[in-house]
Amino acid sequence: MKKLNYPFSPEAVRELKVGDMVLITGKLFTGRDAVHKYLHEGNKSPVNLKNQIIYHCGPVTMKDKKTGKWTVTAAGPTTSIREEPYQWEVIRDHGIVGVIGKGGMGQKTLDACKEYGCVYFHAVGGAAQVLAEKIKSVDGLYLEEFGLPEAIWELTVEDFPVVVTMDAHGNSLHKEVEASSKEILKSVL
Amino acid sequence: MAKKVKSTKVKAKSAPKKTVKKIPVKKLDTRKQTIESLLELIRITSTVIPDDVAKVLMKARTQEEQNTTASYAMNIIKDNMDLAKFKSQPLCQDTGTVIFFVYHPPGFFQNEFKELIKKAVVQATQKGYLRQNSVNSLTGENAGTNLGEGHPSIHFYETNKKEVEVKLVLKGGGCENVSAQYSLPDTTLGAGRDLEGVRKVVIDAVYKAQGKGCGPGALGVCVGGDRADSAYAAKKQLLRKLDDKNSIPELAKLENEIVETCNKLGIGPMGFGGKTTLISCKMTHSNRVPASFFVSISYMCWAFRRQGIVMDSKKNTIKKWLY
Ligand code: SF4
Repeated sequence: MKKLNYPFSPEAVRELKVGDMVLITGKLFTGRDAVHKYLHEGNKSPVNLKNQIIYHCGPVTMKDKKTGKWTVTAAGPTTSIREEPYQWEVIRDHGIVGVIGKGGMGQKTLDACKEYGCVYFHAVGGAAQVLAEKIKSVDGLYLEEFGLPEAIWELTVEDFPVVVTMDAHGNSLHKEVEASSKEILKSVL
Repeated sequence: MAKKVKSTKVKAKSAPKKTVKKIPVKKLDTRKQTIESLLELIRITSTVIPDDVAKVLMKARTQEEQNTTASYAMNIIKDNMDLAKFKSQPLCQDTGTVIFFVYHPPGFFQNEFKELIKKAVVQATQKGYLRQNSVNSLTGENAGTNLGEGHPSIHFYETNKKEVEVKLVLKGGGCENVSAQYSLPDTTLGAGRDLEGVRKVVIDAVYKAQGKGCGPGALGVCVGGDRADSAYAAKKQLLRKLDDKNSIPELAKLENEIVETCNKLGIGPMGFGGKTTLISCKMTHSNRVPASFFVSISYMCWAFRRQGIVMDSKKNTIKKWLY
């Protein structure tokens, strides 16, 4: 088990390799379809994403009526491949060093990870309760106009469990598993 | 509802006869009780994995090698099951397509029951057991109630039993996206119009899904039928308990064979690699016309949410849980 602690950097994530089980402590910024499209269209990010991690997640959130404070009640990853057309650009232009999601991403993202120093972390799909438990505070909300699940949520997490499935050295666990299972498939068909 | 309360009281006063008095009062109580029973069915379905599935998942967890990404994923899955149950909150934030199967005696009022189901769904959404998950396909609008064209999905079956049975499946989007339908023969796979061909396409679907359906997965399969009936029959196989046995020997054999073979593919939980790719395969068949031969595969994620209740025939309370 490895640990990745805030502040993050391209150097720190370059140390990580495919298959590493990692506990992340620090900040995460959620961002899914609307945010990626917005950044891709050349709009300025409302928050500096340099050396930050983006989490593909549309959290279920609740606002305390008295204090006005937000809590996250469910926060599992959403399918990442939908951001494939935009992700490489967001890595290049905004300097993010990590992407968390599920299902893996494609070659463009893998290439950008290598070139700019970024990794793809896979969270366990469907583990909405375990992952929400790791969120210690909600520190900010940006682009609220996209709707709450689509907005950028600034979160502080502790020991957030993920697996590196695409590293900054051009390796992808998704490619490996697909290739090896293809070989086996041939022998059983 | 309020209207009904009034009319019942008026009737009760003006009609002293025992039978006349009794029927409307009972109807009022049971409507409310039915919604409550359905709401409880939705809550348990969304927050607790049924015993038969939990048992297989926990066995799979111990079979993965320690300190691998596969066992890491299975441990998180277990923690998530415990936490969701304890907190009574959805296992996964995608609470899926809400599909009801209602088995009822003759003379049952289907339309009325539909309305009660809808009321329960709206309440379950307000209480957070269901996410606001229903989107108009033309306008993209989300009414926030989980009601809309085709939602919730409700299917009725008449039976000879006295009691009403309601089964519920919450079918996630990620695993629905990797579900598939093949048309035999499939030349690229070398799959002909026989059970061997069926075996090939089902394994191919599991290979193609990789980790994208939040595996380890469970399959419902239908051999034959037209495109629509075949897909529906495949999904209905998800209602079978994982430890039951198919009464058709050929299918029983094929079910086991497919699970065994798919677990050799090494795709593993979440597609991380590992021993458990599939926890079950349940198959049925349906007649076809000579010109077509469809095989439909419904892929269910590890967050296999299905439950059922038998309702008391008089009080409409939950008499028994089915899974
Ligand atoms: S496939 Fe299942 S576990 Fe995965 S996100 Fe969808 S509903 Fe949740």
